[in-house]
This record gives sequence, structure tokens and C-alpha cells, in this order.
Amino acid sequence: MANVGIVIVSHSAKVAEGAADMVRQMVGTAVPVAHTGGNQDGGLGTDVAAIMSAIDSAWSEAGVAILVDLGGAETNSEMAIEMLDDDRRKRVVMCNAPIVEGAVIAATEASGGAPLDSVRRAAEELSPGA
Amino acid sequence: MSNSFVVASAKLTNAVGLHARPSVKLTQLAKSFASDLEVALAPDGPWLDAKSPVKIMRVKASRGTVLHFRARGADAAAAVASAIQLVERRFDEEDEAAAGNARG
Repeated sequence: MANVGIVIVSHSAKVAEGAADMVRQMVGTAVPVAHTGGNQDGGLGTDVAAIMSAIDSAWSEAGVAILVDLGGAETNSEMAIEMLDDDRRKRVVMCNAPIVEGAVIAATEASGGAPLDSVRRAAEELSPGA
Repeated sequence: MSNSFVVASAKLTNAVGLHARPSVKLTQLAKSFASDLEVALAPDGPWLDAKSPVKIMRVKASRGTVLHFRARGADAAAAVASAIQLVERRFDEEDEAAAGNARG
């Protein structure tokens, strides 16, 4: 079974790109990683269509874990998940974790072939009280 | 399957110690074995699951610290030996560490 994919959704294209770089350099290329950030005008923001295309690009039969930063990234990611096919929707989760650290931890967990639920739980272990 | 632990220890000699990247490598290595692999800073524990990226990332052991490993299960001996080798190989990052751009 393929490794769980990771999608990074930030308001900032640079944050998203940098977090994805950290994942690739620290964890390696065994985990599909995609990132998206910024709105269509190049400013800060997130875009539902771009998030859907990131999910597509990191797609794995094992599912996809999404890491987000602030409010709109979360609601737009939820919207993107809602718009997926039934079959895919249930294999995409959002992690309640800090975006950079969560992406690295989730990818580390995923690189060992862990199932989607373990990947999310590993990332969420980072948050206080988890 | 034997119920006893395979135990060994190794000193961290790489410049950054058990920081972010070495932690990821140790976790990935631990996950490649079926046995439970644990790590501790003292021979009597407390023992941490080496397969947990968050737990290992929090250890933050610095250079000179002795890491103790123990494993139990079918491939326990290989798991402990591989962990020791990873530490002794300085996590394959010595060139970078020597260049001084990896501290912290």
C-alpha cells in the first residue's frame, strides 16, 4: 500500500513552499507532498480550487493528511474536501497541528507506511492537551 | 518469540545531537522493524517509543549524551544493532554538521 500523502495549506505561498521543502529534505521522497498558498492575485489567502489540485497531486490510495495555518485555510480546506468524490472524501483528513512541525511529523509517520489515522494522531500529539 | 529485551547503548557524537533531522532518521529506522524499539537517556529508563516522531523529537539530547536502546520481538537484535549503527554513523550527517550549518 502506498504511503499517505501530505498537503500543506498556508495563507502564504512562501510558508507553504518552505514547509514542503522541510518535509522533503528531512523525511525524503517516499511520501507524496503538495503545497498551496496565497490567493489568485498573489496575495495572502487560500483558494479552494488550488487546495483541490494539491490534494490531487499528493493523492495516495492510503489517503491524504492536510496541514493548515489560520482560519481561512481551514475552512477552505474543509470546503475542498467536501467537493471531492465520495470515494476520496473519506480518505482525506485535516490535522489539528502546527503547520510546519505537523507536516514534518505527519510525513515521518507516513514514511513508515502508517495508516491515515496514525498519521493524523502523530501530528496531533504535538498540540498541548492532545 | 523471546520475552527478554535486547539492550545496547551508544554515545551521540554528531554535532547537533538528537535534533530534528536525526530524530526523523531514528524514527524511520525504528519503524522499519517489527519489534518494539525504545530509547532512554538512562539505562533504567524512562523508555520512549522510538517509532513515535513526536516523542523522539522532544528528547533533544545533545552531543555527548549516551542513548540507551532496547527492543523486544522477532527482529529485536537487528533493530538495536541498526539504531546503534545509525548513532555511530552520526546519522549520516557529519559533513553537514562539520560545516557548522546544522547547529541547533
